[in-house]
Amino acid sequence: MTKLGKWAGRALVTAIATIGLTGAANAWEPTKPVEFVVPAGTGGGADQMARFIQGVVAKNKLMAQPLVVVNKSGGAGAEGFLEVKGAKGDPHKIIITLSNLFTTPLATGVPFNWRDLTPGAMLALDQFVLWVNADAPYKTAKEYIDDIKAKPANTFKMAGTGSKQEDQIITAMIDKATGKKMTYVPFKGGGDVAVQLVGGHVNSTVNNPIEAEAHWRGGKLRPLCIMDSEKLPYNEKVTATQAWGDIPTCKSAGVPIEYLMLRGVFLAPGVTQEQVDFYVNLFKKVRETPEWADFMKKGAFKQTFMSGKEFADWVGKSEAMHYGLMKDAGFLAK
Amino acid sequence: MEELNNLMHGFSVALTLPNLGFMVLGITLGILIGVLPGLGGANGIAILLPLTFSMDQTSAIIMLSCIYWGALFGGAITSILFNIPGEPWSVATTFDGFPLAQQGRAGAALTAAFTSSFVGAFFAVLLITFLAPLVAKFALKFGAAEMFAVQMLTFCSFVGMSKEPPAKTLAVMALGFALAAVGMDTVTGTLRMTFGTTELLKGFDFLIAVIGLFGIGEILLTMEEGLAFKGKSAKIQLNVVLQTWKELLRYWKTSIRSVLVGCWMGVTPGGATPASFMAYGLARRGAKDKDSFGKGNIEGVVAPETAAHAAGTSALLPMLTLGIPGSPTAAVLLGGLLIWGLQPGPLLFTEKPDFVWGLIASMYLGNIVGLIVVLTTVPWWAAILRIPFSVIGPVIIVICAIGAYTVHSSIFDVVMMLVFGVFGYLFKKLRYPLAPLVLALVLGDMAESSFRQSMLLSQGSLDIFWANPLVAGLMLLSFTMLLWPIVPALKHYLRGRA
Repeated sequence: MTKLGKWAGRALVTAIATIGLTGAANAWEPTKPVEFVVPAGTGGGADQMARFIQGVVAKNKLMAQPLVVVNKSGGAGAEGFLEVKGAKGDPHKIIITLSNLFTTPLATGVPFNWRDLTPGAMLALDQFVLWVNADAPYKTAKEYIDDIKAKPANTFKMAGTGSKQEDQIITAMIDKATGKKMTYVPFKGGGDVAVQLVGGHVNSTVNNPIEAEAHWRGGKLRPLCIMDSEKLPYNEKVTATQAWGDIPTCKSAGVPIEYLMLRGVFLAPGVTQEQVDFYVNLFKKVRETPEWADFMKKGAFKQTFMSGKEFADWVGKSEAMHYGLMKDAGFLAK
Repeated sequence: MEELNNLMHGFSVALTLPNLGFMVLGITLGILIGVLPGLGGANGIAILLPLTFSMDQTSAIIMLSCIYWGALFGGAITSILFNIPGEPWSVATTFDGFPLAQQGRAGAALTAAFTSSFVGAFFAVLLITFLAPLVAKFALKFGAAEMFAVQMLTFCSFVGMSKEPPAKTLAVMALGFALAAVGMDTVTGTLRMTFGTTELLKGFDFLIAVIGLFGIGEILLTMEEGLAFKGKSAKIQLNVVLQTWKELLRYWKTSIRSVLVGCWMGVTPGGATPASFMAYGLARRGAKDKDSFGKGNIEGVVAPETAAHAAGTSALLPMLTLGIPGSPTAAVLLGGLLIWGLQPGPLLFTEKPDFVWGLIASMYLGNIVGLIVVLTTVPWWAAILRIPFSVIGPVIIVICAIGAYTVHSSIFDVVMMLVFGVFGYLFKKLRYPLAPLVLALVLGDMAESSFRQSMLLSQGSLDIFWANPLVAGLMLLSFTMLLWPIVPALKHYLRGRA
């Protein structure tokens, strides 16, 4: 580094230290830009959330250093997870997770487990809804399920994102509940999947709310049931007659399926508790912004927040559940 | 003419002084992004997206879409000057653009590329303005089988392109398919041909292969041939633009055909890259002097550039009306829309008319601004070739390395780029054509998953490719294209017998 560069760098560090956003003088803070790894492609749900957080952090000046989103989608996200796993002790690398935190190592045998990372915080849980085309004759989940049961196996086609990931796991759960296999057709992204259903190329999807909302509002898709233990708390009307909160649970419709997808943040292995606390606090602040509330409402997320041991326990339980589901469905790597 | 009223309203939204400023800024940034291979419109927009959150929604999307136009324009520059495609859709532009530059006609090639881009984009915007609802409905008809038929058509329209023996073409094409298969198999969710290494998880990125094969390969070749650019003798003529325009008028048929191919591929959404290949293949077929293609035919620059820009622009239509991005860049823009609280979909046009028509108006303005910016810089770009190779050669290698690195932020990719470079050099020496390899690499993955999705949907029956008039028509067209080169031979044979 040149003398001038050194001087400028020092001046910058001093300036940042003086601005000091947290107030607590001793608390750890990032000293260089933080890489926010997304183990998925651009435009998907995790990517949208990461970029949204990046925007909120920058707009509200929640952190002195910039947050930079990097997509590492190779091998169904394995590329991203392995990178963070390899960055031992580096507090400037965090990763947002989706269900591929469990499904990718289980389905591909890539040497990685969530215990290789340091759990940060749960940001929210993403819901899954059973959708059919608005022109389909089914008004309730029960009618649809009964029809699946009545017809031969593989009559019905389910489109979903990726293979041996959450959408296919849910399809396997529906197969189990009906006793009839559906044909699962994998597509690249949730948006594509929704359009396949709008175009009438498949019979149903299990899109996340945000992926299908526009088509629902446009009268092209119909939600049948939501895969959670209770209805959504959002009662603002989305269409002329319905709100997210009006969608019945699949359980009440006779399909005992509950599945929520983790939207959480993990840190590299070997970071200090102080460093974890910084990020947990950061995300707490993000969650307090009005932008976040809007984002949650739009995507009909379940707003659960967890950190520390509680979060680690939840992830452990979720992993065991995924192992069981994937074993039943025959998705485990041989 | 409700659309016209809406459009006029859109112009009043877009035509404010700050917005015009954002347009120029966006175009300039976009050109720089397009020139740097690998950085790409998608990455550029992703990096800049968060900066726009504090801006007015309409201004933000105007600036971001102008970056997109700029990247489309800029991709052609390095393809023509150095045989390095800055963007995937510029690969086909190198086939004739680079030979033109070597003949000292870089200025003409650049002018042709920029003008064609403008023409392509302009017609695509007209399509978006007046036919949006209709076109959106058409896009919905494309299921997996229809997508495969489109990819098949791209391959078939490209068959017979190479002057090398068919066996060589076949060999490199097979190599391209093999490389495309490395990494995650999206249909079964398992890893293929990664041999337990983590570096191969993400497969071979098309851009890294292209930067290596074309860019580094060309540098190695130049080094062998005496460390000098062939285009060095190029005179810098300031009236090159006007002269080239005169020549371009002759190719109106190619332009129309390429616009149609581009718009159609953008909407379906096949994307700009296949569109550029398909248009190039069709232009060569339609031309009288087929042999001049690949040796520096202006028409070979016009066709892919027109189609790529038409596709790139019309790709925004399915994004706005259906929420499906027609290209990776559109996917990032889509993310931006969602963050601004705009939900793309059938209702966006009625719920946010200011935004949508402002965006459409900015497409007209952005492209006009873009054309002016790039055309005025043509002599400067062409002048780069006058810099001695000993200076510019290392600079190109550095730019290529940065480009390869930015695709996935991975050093391994830079090594891969160099390996591809050596292969590119060897292939050229052994007279193996590179175009089929690139085509197979970019389309192999997509074609494979569309085919397998179709097979899943039909339970393994090939009937799905004849199931409706649309897909049957596409398949019929593909086979006609495939067998067309045999027709003259067959005619000859029959005549001989009679």
